[in-house]
Amino acid sequence: MTVIQHGFLGALPPGPRDRLLALGHEVSFPGGARVFEEGGAADRFWIIRSGLVALDVHVPGRRAAVVETLGGGELLGWSWLFEPYQWHLGAQTRGPVLACEFDAERVRAAVRDDPAFGLAVTDCVAQVIARRLKATRTRLLDLYGPGAGGEPG
Amino acid sequence: MTEPAAAPRPAAAPVPYRVTEREEATPDTATIVLEPVRRPLEPFAPGQFAMVYAFGVGDIPLSVSAVDGPRLTHTVRRVGATSGALHALRTGDTVGVRGPFGTGWELPAVAGLDLLVVAGGIGLAPLRPLVREALSAPGRYGRFNVLVGAREPGELLYRAEARGWRAGGEVHITVDRPDEHWQGEVGVVTTLLDRAVFEPRTTAAFICGPEPMIRATAADLVHRGVAPDLIRVSLERNMQCGSGHCGHCQLGPLLLCRDGPVVTWTQARPLLLVREL
Repeated sequence: MTVIQHGFLGALPPGPRDRLLALGHEVSFPGGARVFEEGGAADRFWIIRSGLVALDVHVPGRRAAVVETLGGGELLGWSWLFEPYQWHLGAQTRGPVLACEFDAERVRAAVRDDPAFGLAVTDCVAQVIARRLKATRTRLLDLYGPGAGGEPG
Repeated sequence: MTEPAAAPRPAAAPVPYRVTEREEATPDTATIVLEPVRRPLEPFAPGQFAMVYAFGVGDIPLSVSAVDGPRLTHTVRRVGATSGALHALRTGDTVGVRGPFGTGWELPAVAGLDLLVVAGGIGLAPLRPLVREALSAPGRYGRFNVLVGAREPGELLYRAEARGWRAGGEVHITVDRPDEHWQGEVGVVTTLLDRAVFEPRTTAAFICGPEPMIRATAADLVHRGVAPDLIRVSLERNMQCGSGHCGHCQLGPLLLCRDGPVVTWTQARPLLLVREL
């Protein structure tokens, strides 16, 4: 079971999935809401049910640069799992968003206390990070720039 | 017993066509409509390409971005001398055209399956006739998804037309570099695979774009369970003669002007992993 094939929750085995969901609660955000800020404490995370969230980076003297968008089924935030537990990006909703919200400290405690649960959650988060790293590297190629391929001519 | 009818041979000498319409698609890309000055070439299938000759400059391969009777539509991006000359054409100008060359998308062969069209940048041009063909036959195919990636919002092709495609399927668009007005998705086109609803085991995918994008998309689809034989990709090499004789477009055992540009992922995958090819 992988995150690519089944989404974040679908990739978790049933036991750890139920345990994680028991730690969460449903929340909603209006369009344009700031979910978290770069440098802030990563004390929560979310699994998006519906809607779109833009991840952005503060660039001095310019408007925040959107670097990625996340949608339904995707994990919003992974900095909560690794020290120093600070967001390295900001997040803002593109429209109304429904999500399942988790308290990071409670989940970290469960990860520490239950190795099987901890391994399952860490594995899924690692898959998410690996996938986003791969996507970022692909974007670094500037695929669509002048001289790039795309058709036989 | 009768001999099977031989496939029509593509024209070896350029046939004159006149530019009857020209539309600036993006700052460096134009769509031109050509009509035959005298006799037309044999009909083109979606995915096939023509060698289009700018007189006195040279010729380059251009896929058809629309097929409408004897009219040929091409979308050309200005990147070099010949493409620059074709991009600069005006209504009434004349070009030479050879073709049709190569393999097509062969959409009818996957009737009944879910369709997934994935385009990167100008790669949407060769896929547009396929999208039109699929939308013209509602009920013949399963769920229909079109996923488009571009560098910037201003480089998206056929934006108005793509809005109309939503009547017949799902259309998801993403860009790498959003501007302040962009409210859509940001990221590589592969991330849109999460947004598309399709059953991998009964899905046919059609991919065109830069080769790294093709590789990433096809690999992701195979991981999800799409059969490599049902993934068709359009590859680009140095097409010259269009008839498999000169060898400029060789990719391993394939001569892409003849055996491609559209091939299955089963054929393409081992070749794209060889550095020397």
